[in-house]
Amino acid sequence: MTIDWNHFTPWASLAGGVLLGLAAALFILLSGRLLGVSGILGGLLAPRGADTAWRLRFLAGLLVAPAVWTLFCTLHAPRIQASGTSLMIAGLLVGWGTRYGSGCTSGHGVCGLSRLSPRSIAATLAFMAAGLATVYIVRHLLA
Amino acid sequence: MNRVIEFLVGLLFGLGLILSGMTDPGKVLGFLDITGPWDPSLACVMGGAIAVALSAFVLARRRTTTFLGGPIHLPADAPIDRRLVIGSIVFGIGWGLAGFCPGPAIVAAGAGFSKAVVFTLSMLAGMAAFEFIAQPAARNTPVLE
Repeated sequence: MTIDWNHFTPWASLAGGVLLGLAAALFILLSGRLLGVSGILGGLLAPRGADTAWRLRFLAGLLVAPAVWTLFCTLHAPRIQASGTSLMIAGLLVGWGTRYGSGCTSGHGVCGLSRLSPRSIAATLAFMAAGLATVYIVRHLLA
Repeated sequence: MNRVIEFLVGLLFGLGLILSGMTDPGKVLGFLDITGPWDPSLACVMGGAIAVALSAFVLARRRTTTFLGGPIHLPADAPIDRRLVIGSIVFGIGWGLAGFCPGPAIVAAGAGFSKAVVFTLSMLAGMAAFEFIAQPAARNTPVLE
């Protein structure tokens, strides 16, 4: 295993992680809700869409974050290598999978692991393993 | 008060995703590519997030109400089932294909990057498919948001 020192950003990533943890902490202690992006978003699409207002307020915060960021720092363009078709397939899989599996990187990863929830630990191991395997297949077997 | 909090929490979470590098699929895939030149940054993201959130959830578990007096909604304990594992694997495959998970995709779409918008709209279609096509029984199991 070789470390990609050119792209490794330990301090920015650690600080960013602290902000994510702080957001999750404020959400559970002040709003009484678990910060899981796929669940918050999916609830807006539910046929009996109850309590949509707070979900929309959270979503609005996420959407304006880049604009607020650019007030203080430069926003770097994301490196998106996948083709349009790949992105559409990936989006469908992420959308369906996170709802069927009841969570994503925030709900299971950040909050679930912090709660030491056995379900979330299992889910995190499952999506990490699937992500690692997919990248290995796409980058090293098919390329 | 609550109204401002949900917006501010979303904003804080979005800023954290940008600062950490999660909104850059190149960085996420660099973490998932352990046999290539490996970028361990995402381990720092998880470490930082869990270090802070852990104590908050310990505190939340001991309380019956929030600091503002409202109810605390925590998912009930449930067994690890096929649905959880299959859904998570399907999510992981999509994550590995694009390098986007839900939060960062929404933030990058909010920044107006067209490929992120394409991914996010497809993700919403996948979520809608779950709501309208998935077996109704699936909706009755406890959902961790």
